[in-house]
Amino acid sequence: MLVFLRRRILSSALPLLAVVLGVFFLARLTGDPANLYLPLSATPEMRAEFAARNGFDQPVAVQFLDYLSQIVRLDFGESLRTAQPAAQAVLQAFPATLQLAGATMAIAIAAAVVVGSLAAYRPNSVADRFASLLSSASASVPDFWFAIMGVLVFAVTLNWLPTSGTDGMGAWVLPIATLLIRPFGVLVQVVRGSMVSALSAPYAKVARSKGAGERRVIFVHALRNAAAPALTVAGDLTVGLVNGAVVVETIFGWPGIGKLMIDSILQRDFAVLQAAVLLTAVTIFALNILIDACYALLDARVRQGVTT
Amino acid sequence: MNALQESTRRARPADPAAMEVEGLSVDIRTPEGVAHAVRDVSFTVRSGRTLALLGESGCGKSMTALAIAGLLDPVADVVGGEIRLNGSNLLALGAPERRRLAGPELAIVFQDALTALNPVYTVGAQLGEPFRIHEGLSRRAARARAVELMERVGIPEARSRVDAYPHQFSGGMRQRLLIAMAVALRPSVLLADEPTTALDVTVQAQIMELLRDLRAERDMALVLITHDLAVAAEHADHVAVMYAGAIVETGPIGEVFAAPRHPYTRGLLASVPGGGKRGEPLRFIPGSPPDLRAVPTGCAFRTRCPLARERCATHRPELVENDQGRTAACHYWRESADA
Amino acid sequence: MSETGDHPAPADTAPAAAPRPRLFALLLKDRVACLAALVLLAMSTAAVVGPFLLGDLATRQNLHSVDLPPFTLDNGWAFVLGSDSLGRSVAARLVVAARTTFAVAVPAVLVSFVVGSAWGMWAGYHRGWRESVSMRIADVVLSFPSLLLAVVVLYVFSPSIATLVLVLAIARVPVYLRTARAESAELRSRLFVDAARTFGASSGSIIRRHVAPTVMPTLITVATLDFCFVMLTESSLSFLGIGIQPPDLSWGLMVAQGRQELQTAWWIAVFPGLAIVMTTISATTLASWARLATDPAQRWRLTVPRGRVRRTARKAEEVAE
Repeated sequence: MLVFLRRRILSSALPLLAVVLGVFFLARLTGDPANLYLPLSATPEMRAEFAARNGFDQPVAVQFLDYLSQIVRLDFGESLRTAQPAAQAVLQAFPATLQLAGATMAIAIAAAVVVGSLAAYRPNSVADRFASLLSSASASVPDFWFAIMGVLVFAVTLNWLPTSGTDGMGAWVLPIATLLIRPFGVLVQVVRGSMVSALSAPYAKVARSKGAGERRVIFVHALRNAAAPALTVAGDLTVGLVNGAVVVETIFGWPGIGKLMIDSILQRDFAVLQAAVLLTAVTIFALNILIDACYALLDARVRQGVTT
Repeated sequence: MNALQESTRRARPADPAAMEVEGLSVDIRTPEGVAHAVRDVSFTVRSGRTLALLGESGCGKSMTALAIAGLLDPVADVVGGEIRLNGSNLLALGAPERRRLAGPELAIVFQDALTALNPVYTVGAQLGEPFRIHEGLSRRAARARAVELMERVGIPEARSRVDAYPHQFSGGMRQRLLIAMAVALRPSVLLADEPTTALDVTVQAQIMELLRDLRAERDMALVLITHDLAVAAEHADHVAVMYAGAIVETGPIGEVFAAPRHPYTRGLLASVPGGGKRGEPLRFIPGSPPDLRAVPTGCAFRTRCPLARERCATHRPELVENDQGRTAACHYWRESADA
Repeated sequence: MSETGDHPAPADTAPAAAPRPRLFALLLKDRVACLAALVLLAMSTAAVVGPFLLGDLATRQNLHSVDLPPFTLDNGWAFVLGSDSLGRSVAARLVVAARTTFAVAVPAVLVSFVVGSAWGMWAGYHRGWRESVSMRIADVVLSFPSLLLAVVVLYVFSPSIATLVLVLAIARVPVYLRTARAESAELRSRLFVDAARTFGASSGSIIRRHVAPTVMPTLITVATLDFCFVMLTESSLSFLGIGIQPPDLSWGLMVAQGRQELQTAWWIAVFPGLAIVMTTISATTLASWARLATDPAQRWRLTVPRGRVRRTARKAEEVAE
């Protein structure tokens, strides 16, 4: 198990580095932040001082090496906007996104398992067709439009929910609902597919021949085998969740990392952007490794490195 | 006493019938039409005896077993017949009652042990499952019974291997595990669907011996589904030969193999290689089995039969009992026997 | 029934694509897929031809017709879907926006399709370091949220239709790369490729003649689904203000513009979203139909009959025997 984990962590390090590199250089290309933070009347000396203070006068490669050495010491620089340490700004915004994403993923997985299993249990039935419809619709609806429709119906017309902000339980409903449609849709299809295979697999037949009732066949025998592909896909979806979070946080004014990233791009706040991106990338990789660990827990063959 | 007399003596009709199948028919819905996979199949199997259900691939023998066990896929339907097990007709029972019988009365062993065992659970958990379902045993008690079972079927070091996973066993061991699972609750009838086909010859012999011992010990009725004439000859008491979804001949195996009455059985036995002189061409039955969506009218074998006549095309031959304990579905079996 | 010793003559075994007329007939049989295809056809036609027919209807401001409600012909055909805060016809704007949306999505998909597929087939065929490096690159690109990537890049190079197409194409190349590589690698291990090589065929020609036609159906299905994704991403970017910029129009942009007036003129934001939904659903439906229809092994799923065989039917057959 440990060998497995170590291997996975090492193989994730390279993409992580590439991401940091990419953002670092791209961000620098968005233009001279001096134009945003210094008044138009700033003299060349003031610009030079600004540049020196923030290290912009060095060649880009040197800047990158400096940055790397700083990261290792967990120093992420200062926000140009607020002069706070960038790490602080990021860590403040992070929990909000984490809560949103975590709740969404948990609900999406639970709901997909229920709906997918139901659909797989009776293929081509009303439940199955409904599930198919639901999941293909969810892949087709743009999340920002869905959010706006939600606001229109529930906040403006019916006045049941607030239009933005984070106060109260009600404020969670629309953001989570919006964020959940895509993962839910995809997971339903995956769960259905793998449950159908599991339910018609030989071991399911054997279980029935031992007198196991349908409930036992589904929940004890089939589900555990079907969980693996679903988990793998859930891992892929975490990336999409970050995409979705950006839109949702912007629309609902949710003070999370997505909003922070968009704002820092628009305001050329490099330090915050880099820190935010790094944290997001680390989280995505950590989440993937966590999911792989769950996968290994469920299936002994993965744990023992068997390649049947 | 020679083998013929021996087997005649063995097939005493006084033995209680553990299971009687009558007129069983199964249809499969395919995109190109309905396939009649099992057509009006009847046979009886007695306690403590082995019936071999013999036939080539695709003749419907596995389908028959699945229909009896109630494990058909949704595209297949049982469209007629009765299966009498200890008095009740299985096909007339509701699902819960049928489930109650699955394990304690009727069990099935499949061919491929690797896919038949759930890869994510230990063998102890799977072997203990019948006890948990039918006798309500706790996990620990079921595990203890699982160890007993493993020892009974000859798995070495059962106590330490009870928590191992299926992929950690060899093919032969896995088949033993499957058998153990099936006989856990001492069923009256055990269906073994090609239990040794996927194994090599030495392991085959061990598995068949295990089955024989278990059968004797528990007075079980064993239905051995196979295409292997040698295995059938060695281990079965009675045989029912299947062709194109129907039974064409039954009887004590020694008698049937010595003097087959149906042209198909004759052809089958004649095509076993060996015994001929070097340089002699191999004998075979010309043609191939019919498409089950378009079975020929009358006798299904008539297109390949050397004795076929007009009557064979218009009248489907019934399984007629023409001797004590022997039946054959052929209008001209006498000619076949004399030839 | 086959007779002794008869064998059908071996059919021509060129791995040709499925014959056109047959696919078309199959499409006509499936009503839902047919409907989806029609919708897409209508959308594309509107996108291509519409703007010419509409003239300046989409941009003509008319302060007398501000915020007209939809579903009524009182104000004439032009305003059947209402008008916005500057008196412009929503319907006309939808059509013009369609053109821009398609003008971004279609080229992006084409570019990523061609580049990704060619790259993937090459990498999968040659295996070794070429394959590993390509896969690593694909992993890196895919592990990054595409929206963020697009935002950053577009901010660097300032958004326009061309940069948008480029960014979306680059972000999606890995999808085709992965699929093409997997299929190509699998095919390479098959015997017919070895046979071709013994005849001295070069890798390029093998890829072209053997690998490509076999992999095409899967890739086309992937492309259709990807079209939806690209369209949705472009809409999101335009909505966030980093995609299509005014005075150009896009459905996503229209939703953003309609957002201000959600309370008073809901139709401005709703209809563009509906247009997106309709297009995506049609494309997805067509893609799943195509996946079944182009795979000979799965084609039967489109024709299997339903329902159970009744006992009476069986008995009738027996009597006839």
